[in-house]
Amino acid sequence: MTMTQTISHHLTDSLLMGYAAGNLPEAFSLVVATHISMCDECRARAATFDTVGGAMLETSDAVAMEEGSLEATMARISAALPVARGNGSTTQPGQMQGQHQRRARGILPAPLQDYVGGDLDQINWRPVGMGVRQALLPTSRSASVRLLYIPAGASVPDHGHRGLELTLVLQGAFMDGDMRFGPGDIEIATEELEHTPIAAQGADCICLAATDAPLRFRALMPRLAQPFLRI
Amino acid sequence: MNEEMANGQDQWVSYVARVRDAQDQHAFAELFRHFAPRVKYFLMRSGADAGLAEECAQEVMATLWHKAHLFDPTRASVATWIFTIARNRRIDALRKERRAEPEELPWGPEEAAPQDHVLALQEEAAALGDALRKLPEKQRVLIERAYFGDLSHSEIAEETGLPLGTIKSRIRLALDRLRHAMK
Repeated sequence: MTMTQTISHHLTDSLLMGYAAGNLPEAFSLVVATHISMCDECRARAATFDTVGGAMLETSDAVAMEEGSLEATMARISAALPVARGNGSTTQPGQMQGQHQRRARGILPAPLQDYVGGDLDQINWRPVGMGVRQALLPTSRSASVRLLYIPAGASVPDHGHRGLELTLVLQGAFMDGDMRFGPGDIEIATEELEHTPIAAQGADCICLAATDAPLRFRALMPRLAQPFLRI
Repeated sequence: MNEEMANGQDQWVSYVARVRDAQDQHAFAELFRHFAPRVKYFLMRSGADAGLAEECAQEVMATLWHKAHLFDPTRASVATWIFTIARNRRIDALRKERRAEPEELPWGPEEAAPQDHVLALQEEAAALGDALRKLPEKQRVLIERAYFGDLSHSEIAEETGLPLGTIKSRIRLALDRLRHAMK
């Protein structure tokens, strides 16, 4: 996935801090990691929040390790060595770095491909009506995340509307009032925000949407059909 | 002051390099003595009992040994790197969840890291640590609670007392460095 300089809707400090601290539900972490994969600015901000974590560790209290802990750790290291270095591996340290560069081939960024089990063509879409399709991705239950496929001009279906809701555009674009969200843009909606995203004309829109609202096991109702009801 | 602390950071960087290049057990012991008890504290603050925290802290330090070749001093201080390993271990061992990691950047074929890049990053990390240390106790405790697992994401979002200004002033530097590194 190529970097774009046109991303104008970014992650908040609290989401970046929660991600660095490791306190986000898994579903939100996936959206954050996918956005960072597409957005250099948020990548740099995320690195700074990691640095805060390092500084906290550096200045925090300490708890004494057990007697013989260092020796036990050295034993752990020796025991794991054949696995860690691999016999028959001829890679030099410099090359290892390259080998660990996880770069996605295809449309979807690497963290998303990990959850889908492949690229766009591997997504297990389910129709939810009005031409809209969705694919729920497997995460822990504290929040849920799904891919949404919305035909150009169609309304983004209600996917929660309670709690916190993150919607990241992967392809195409949607409009919410005056605001346009294109590839890499993320909309962060809380319960208070009344919003009615509609896929832009021209190209079908694919989004990654996460919510910490309780997961509801009924078909999604496109808001087009229920314009005044919050369901 | 900053220079002195950057030198301290530099020392950890050289210890990791010695572990990487020479499997130097003395350098590893120095890193272990300093960081393992802090990782253990971090894990206990996050809800692990002493036994689990001890085991995980050992695993985190063993990971440092095995992955020393992946440590990039132009991108993180040693403390930051160890923090991210400990954090991921915590998510795995305590929350039993996966953590999605961002795609890696397409860094060019990197020869040895330019020393001035290493220095710039290590100084920056030291300056941020210094700024955090100088915060009023109440604010420092809030950040610590956010990082050590006592504050949920929604609590962080609601928490207006978080002194993010300190962090924001460092972000500009991080952005400049990233752009520079990608040239």
